[in-house]
Amino acid sequence: MGAVSCRGLAVGYGRDAIVQGLDLDIAPGTWLSVVGTNGSGKSTLLKTLVGLIPPVAGKVTALGAEPGDSPRRTAYLAQSREGGFLLPLRSRDLVRMGRYSVRGLLGRMRPDDDAACRRAMEALDVLDLAHLPLGRLSGGQEQRVHLAQALAREADLIVLDEPTSGLDAASRARYREVIRAECRRGAAVVAATHDVGEAAAADLVLLLAHRVVALGPPSEALTAANLLETFGVVISELPEGLLVMEPTHQHHEIDP
Amino acid sequence: MGALWDPFLDNLFMQRALAAGLLVAIACGIVGTFVVLRGLAFLGDALAHGVLPGIATALVLGASSLAGAAVGAAVMVGGVTLVTRRSRLSADTAIGLLFVGMLALGVVIVSRQASFAGDLTNVLFGEILGTSNGDILVQLVATVGVGLVSALCARAFLLLSISPEQAQVAGFRAGLYHGVMLTLVAVTVVVSFTTVGTLLVFGMLLAPAATGALVARGVATMVGVAVTGGIASVVAGLLVSYHLDLAAGASVVLVTVAIFFTVFAVQALRGGARVSHVGHRH
Repeated sequence: MGAVSCRGLAVGYGRDAIVQGLDLDIAPGTWLSVVGTNGSGKSTLLKTLVGLIPPVAGKVTALGAEPGDSPRRTAYLAQSREGGFLLPLRSRDLVRMGRYSVRGLLGRMRPDDDAACRRAMEALDVLDLAHLPLGRLSGGQEQRVHLAQALAREADLIVLDEPTSGLDAASRARYREVIRAECRRGAAVVAATHDVGEAAAADLVLLLAHRVVALGPPSEALTAANLLETFGVVISELPEGLLVMEPTHQHHEIDP
Repeated sequence: MGALWDPFLDNLFMQRALAAGLLVAIACGIVGTFVVLRGLAFLGDALAHGVLPGIATALVLGASSLAGAAVGAAVMVGGVTLVTRRSRLSADTAIGLLFVGMLALGVVIVSRQASFAGDLTNVLFGEILGTSNGDILVQLVATVGVGLVSALCARAFLLLSISPEQAQVAGFRAGLYHGVMLTLVAVTVVVSFTTVGTLLVFGMLLAPAATGALVARGVATMVGVAVTGGIASVVAGLLVSYHLDLAAGASVVLVTVAIFFTVFAVQALRGGARVSHVGHRH
């Protein structure tokens, strides 16, 4: 059974579809990268997959059930979070919150919870920040701690909305290794990004621009024509790969 | 040293005021922590004022002011929930108008009373020195209830503070726990108004918890600091009021706000990383 299955799926708010006609199957152990500009429907699709908003039309199942029906097996990292700097929490406290869905409101935390938190923090290289209050962390460090919280769930479906925003090149490379390891464990990962380089490392790429531009392995989906259609401005080919220019003048280089 | 305990030993009204004040400090310290963590200060303020028309109507009808406050709070919680869901305006604007409207309505209703000024003062600023054993019992039951529900829902409240969406995906229904949190604020306001008044209860809700946020590195510690600071404010405020013949409820709130700004100033002067960080990250 697939981790995620969509048939004729339309996602949006209320009756207004942002993206429609999506047929998608994600097998366990697969990394799907959802690529598009701001407002292209990436976050809306992710929220639909975790059950935060109902589909506008079509069918979607996650882990063999309705989205949102398997909280213990689903991890979600939202794009924006509220006033973390005000929270009097240390990094390790935040990561431990990732285990709340496993233990519920009152269940006692066990050694395997601590072990899962430690593994997640080690993987994202934030173990040495464990005792620091959140307010002392840089933006990139805080993002890695939030990622560690999502990974500490050890979920079967991991849905991440722009997980690499604010991360430097070294951290992004580490993130890719971590996601690969999660896939080897058997988890399905769906991650939204507008970093084409990151998408090139995934198993499957879904290009969105208020509609499905392309869906397939990176070698087939990340063509110059598709990227032009997705990002809409200028693409020039360089000897070492593609250079994509977005309206915001961000540059993304990928290997051919 | 007798000046510190003689007022409490010699006067029954001071003993009752102390008992009621300590219970208010405990309830407000616990609930206030989650109000500060979730950034619901303005909403807490609105709830505190929203009970006024209910109390005023109860005064006019000769009914229980506690029941009136409960109805007022229920209307306010419903109104706030509705405007934040349906309004295209920012929640601040909608909540602000709602609470000013409720405040004005309360004053209009009270103005029908012959003893208008006295009644209004009591409602706004409380009558901590006129606390009855019945008031203390109600406050005790409410404080125990608020403590138990907060302990039960602590994990859900913490997840909500980070991201309601992530809480929902983790299996904690965000709407349900948000409603529970609002109810806890409402209950705390309703049972505390006889002691410190609808205007000042907001200070007890916010200032000790905000002080906790400045110094604590964990949520449990923050609750501890908030409760301890609140209790210290009640004792000090009552003593100041007794010896200098000042309004008791206002003295208590003034002490708790003074503690917050003292801690804030000390941290700022030390160039504490925490304070400078808060200032830099919006």
